[in-house]
Amino acid sequence: MEHLPNLVAEARAAIAAADGVASLDEVRVRYLGKKGEITALLKGLGKLAPEERPQAGERINQAKQQLSSELDARKHALEQEALQARLAAERLDVTLPGRGQTNGGLHPVTRTLERIEGLFTRIGYDVAVGPEIEDDYHNFEALNIPAHHPARGMADTFYFDATRLLRTHTSPVQVRTMKSQEPPIRIVCPGRVYRSDSDLTHTPMFHQVEGLLVDEDVSFADLKGTIEDFLKAFFERDELSVRFRPSYFPFTEPSAEVDIQCVICNGDGCRVCSHSGWLEVMGCGMVHPAVFKHSGIDAERYKGFAFGMGAERLAMLRYGVNDLRLFFENDLRFLRQFA
Amino acid sequence: MKFSEQWLREWVSPTLETQALADQITMAGLEVDAVEPVASVFEGVVVAEVVDKVTHPDADKLNVCRVDDGSGEDVQVVCGAPNVAVGQKVPFARVGAVLPGDFKIRKAKLRGVESRGMICSASELGLEEETSAGILELPLDAPKGKDFREWMHLDDHMIEVDLTPNRGDCLSLKGMAREVGVLNRLPLTPPEAGEHAPVHDEVFPVHVEAPERCPRYVGRVVKNVDVTATTPLWMVERLRRSGVRSIDPVVDITNYVMLELGQPMHAFDLANLSEGIVVRSAREGETLVLLDGQSVALREDSLIIADGEKPLAIAGVMGGEHSGVSARTRDVFLESAFFTPLAVAGQARSYGLHTDASHRFERGVDPALTRQAVERATTLLLEITGGEPGPLSETASPDHLPVERQVRLRAARIEQCLNLALPGEDVVDILERLGMQVVVDGEGSWLVTVPSWRFDIAIEEDLIEELARIHGYNRLPVRRPAARLGLRADGESRQPMARLRRQMVARGYQEAISYSFVAPDLQALLAPGVDAPQLANPISSDMSVMRASLFPGLVKALMHNLNRQQQRVRLFETGLVFRGQLDALEQLPMLGGLICGVRDPEGWAAHRESVDFFDLKGDLESLIAVGGESSAWRFEPDEHPALHPGQAARIYRHEKPAGWIGALHPAVRAELGLRVDAYLFEVRLDALSEGRLPAFTPLSRYPEVRRDLALVVEEDVPVQALLDTLREKAGEWLTDLRLFDVYQGAGVEKGRKSIALGLTWQHPSRTLNDDEINQLVDGIIAESRLRFEAELRG
Repeated sequence: MEHLPNLVAEARAAIAAADGVASLDEVRVRYLGKKGEITALLKGLGKLAPEERPQAGERINQAKQQLSSELDARKHALEQEALQARLAAERLDVTLPGRGQTNGGLHPVTRTLERIEGLFTRIGYDVAVGPEIEDDYHNFEALNIPAHHPARGMADTFYFDATRLLRTHTSPVQVRTMKSQEPPIRIVCPGRVYRSDSDLTHTPMFHQVEGLLVDEDVSFADLKGTIEDFLKAFFERDELSVRFRPSYFPFTEPSAEVDIQCVICNGDGCRVCSHSGWLEVMGCGMVHPAVFKHSGIDAERYKGFAFGMGAERLAMLRYGVNDLRLFFENDLRFLRQFA
Repeated sequence: MKFSEQWLREWVSPTLETQALADQITMAGLEVDAVEPVASVFEGVVVAEVVDKVTHPDADKLNVCRVDDGSGEDVQVVCGAPNVAVGQKVPFARVGAVLPGDFKIRKAKLRGVESRGMICSASELGLEEETSAGILELPLDAPKGKDFREWMHLDDHMIEVDLTPNRGDCLSLKGMAREVGVLNRLPLTPPEAGEHAPVHDEVFPVHVEAPERCPRYVGRVVKNVDVTATTPLWMVERLRRSGVRSIDPVVDITNYVMLELGQPMHAFDLANLSEGIVVRSAREGETLVLLDGQSVALREDSLIIADGEKPLAIAGVMGGEHSGVSARTRDVFLESAFFTPLAVAGQARSYGLHTDASHRFERGVDPALTRQAVERATTLLLEITGGEPGPLSETASPDHLPVERQVRLRAARIEQCLNLALPGEDVVDILERLGMQVVVDGEGSWLVTVPSWRFDIAIEEDLIEELARIHGYNRLPVRRPAARLGLRADGESRQPMARLRRQMVARGYQEAISYSFVAPDLQALLAPGVDAPQLANPISSDMSVMRASLFPGLVKALMHNLNRQQQRVRLFETGLVFRGQLDALEQLPMLGGLICGVRDPEGWAAHRESVDFFDLKGDLESLIAVGGESSAWRFEPDEHPALHPGQAARIYRHEKPAGWIGALHPAVRAELGLRVDAYLFEVRLDALSEGRLPAFTPLSRYPEVRRDLALVVEEDVPVQALLDTLREKAGEWLTDLRLFDVYQGAGVEKGRKSIALGLTWQHPSRTLNDDEINQLVDGIIAESRLRFEAELRG
């Protein structure tokens, strides 16, 4: 009993000297374990005189508790040290780039087409598509462009034989839809179209989106509203000036070309708008009664409007692309810019 | 249509600046393409008279002239032009003048002789593109000392209008003036028409065999014409400002009348015509040497002008060389005819021609102009070349002339179409200004008579467009369409193309868009033996056949990028491929992909090894997995002529062929000059977009049992076959079958491979016992041994 203070001092020194959780455990076992030295003192209480036992017991228990809490504290400290050491060892340079594949990207034309489709489908239009090798009837006749009509000269057509051709616009899809569906009809028709023209500002293939709305009470005012809303939404400019110019398409009457205030110079005049301040962006009009007739729709009961635009042109204006031909070279340095 | 602003203003002159006038015309639907000054900037040039000319003492080709420039003192000037002559009126640049190109005229000495100024040619003044042969000779009545620019009215603009094909009526000054008059509510002041009383009675006979195609033919003989006369400068200038070159006075006059009134005309040399004019269809074997010198074999569907012996002209397209006016011509026969649009439509193009005449006749020339044009041309001829007019002869078939069109117009329809209640008096006013006759035809309805020059107005909507156009499109109301909201079912199991594209993007692919027509040799290499439609008129031979596969476009894009130091290429494309002959044509939407180069983009943690077949297959499998029905798909070893025979598979969905995947065949690669491996696939989009609706199976509460097997088989046994056998024999409670290793090497007999498989079973309502599983495993091993001589690896 008399060496308890020595024992405690010895144990405390051992606790302080322990350099790890394992050696600390050894200290605990040596002093507080079943066969530990402090435990042995407790076991030896029986040898004392009964009147000494309570006091001695209390002293031993005090010492035990003190050591036990010092052991816990030391253990905690050692664990913390170990954790800190581990954390320090596991430090990464988090500024290194991550591992694995990079994303690819959509073609800017697809991006543009999807965006246009999205704007229209969200307000209730459907997307309609059709064949690219078309016949004379769907590409021309049914759109009120009979053989030898001067308008056939407006689009230089790729032919396979006397009647089969590459569609020059996506309008045949409108015809096919009107023949197979009852009004009301609200569709947008995106797709590839072809004209035999190749220079700085023309590629022999390009993309169009056409829209068609046929219903009972549809007027030129609705067309104007739709086009204005669309252009403002597409370019994300609420203040965009839009103007309608009388024009001519055989399949619409009245017909209009649509100009917007130049989005590059805001109408001040620049190279892109040929210093006019205006950009021609699309054509539109009220569906010609002859087209309704070909499609079996009652032109007295129904009215409709149609519009069409070139996706490359809109993509060029939206993303600032200055060379049309880049769209079909598939140069990765170009494509990656639209990811 | 290109014309001079001043010329237009002679007909009608609104108080608008040039640009405002151009804008007004544009906004009326006649799009102004360009407004350009008619002459370059120059100053200090006056009209002068050459009063003396002597040869330069030291230079044979130079003359020393004295000119009277109205200043009161003659000026000495050295001139090298061969045509300079005493008495001429010329444009004279005084010392201090600035000519186009900022060329300043200074006092100079030429071979020792002082020269104070310059006598100018047309090209030196920017009035001609090509270098002129000599100085510009001015009419003798040109006023000495007058500023040349002012005297020539050079402060003028050329206005070029890009007319839509429906507005043939505006292909003349008269037509443009009519429009401008309507827009500004101004009357027109046309040149005086005048009729010419015959001086003699010679008539050249005309017989029209095809009155339905030529309902009116007007002719006149003008005798004793002086073709050596020069076209007056004012006319040359007007022609020039309309983009027409001066040829000779007779041709210039017919061109001038065409520009002024819109009626194409032709002048024949009467001496070269025999018997009489016949307007008829061409006959087999007939040929004609055209004015431009080319000889054409006439098509039998062409309407021609002939005489008793031979073809003279293709009606409404171009005249022949032989019968045209030449320097020897004395008597001319003027032709002004109305050919119907259908008679001329397509004719010019069928000969590879496009002429001012055909352009107008195809769009419709006012049939009321025929006589007026001859009278106008006669006036000009008499003024310029002199001559004696004969009687005007007209051959007409009233039955075939365009009938006067009447169109009913309803106020209600106007309102329905434009959302605008246009007052009745405005409707009538606009239409009448456009030359229409309007009579009330019942309540809120009119009967409108269309003027002879408006070929484009046939129905009510055409009139509504005219109202909208003149009222102003931008003043019309704007509203948003109203619609009934209706939901539509959309197939949940169908994968939209956008979803598939995004999957490819997520796997690191860039989307390509390549031309749908490709080079035949590339197609022959990459999709041999597949029929694809050929274009009859391709833009070039390497874009002449429709793609039967997405491979040619992807490979072309690969090569483009490899040539630009892009070594890691991952591309995909969606679009139609075209297979079969035209009468049994398939236009199939496909999705294709191509990879080449290293597996990962270069980076600190990147794998540097090159991609292989399984990289691409993994990407394709991830695309297939979008539909949620991977088990419906199979890859079977197969041979494709463009793919490596040992690394190619045909793809099936529900046992239907859906596409191909493989490595580009080394021989094909060599042919293309490609030095790296490339892997490609293409799959039908309809197969990819079909998917599965998720169907729930209850989760089992009982434990799973897993057994791993390593089976050794001959190396050419396809794993797919082994897996199929395992699935077949593993019973209905198999929940997972996993292939976790393929091994060849030490411990496995050469020529054989070890396939390590993990099988997992679970029963929905009880615990599976070992005996059951052992039985299944034994069955699997036995069947594998039977079919593939498989052995369990020890």
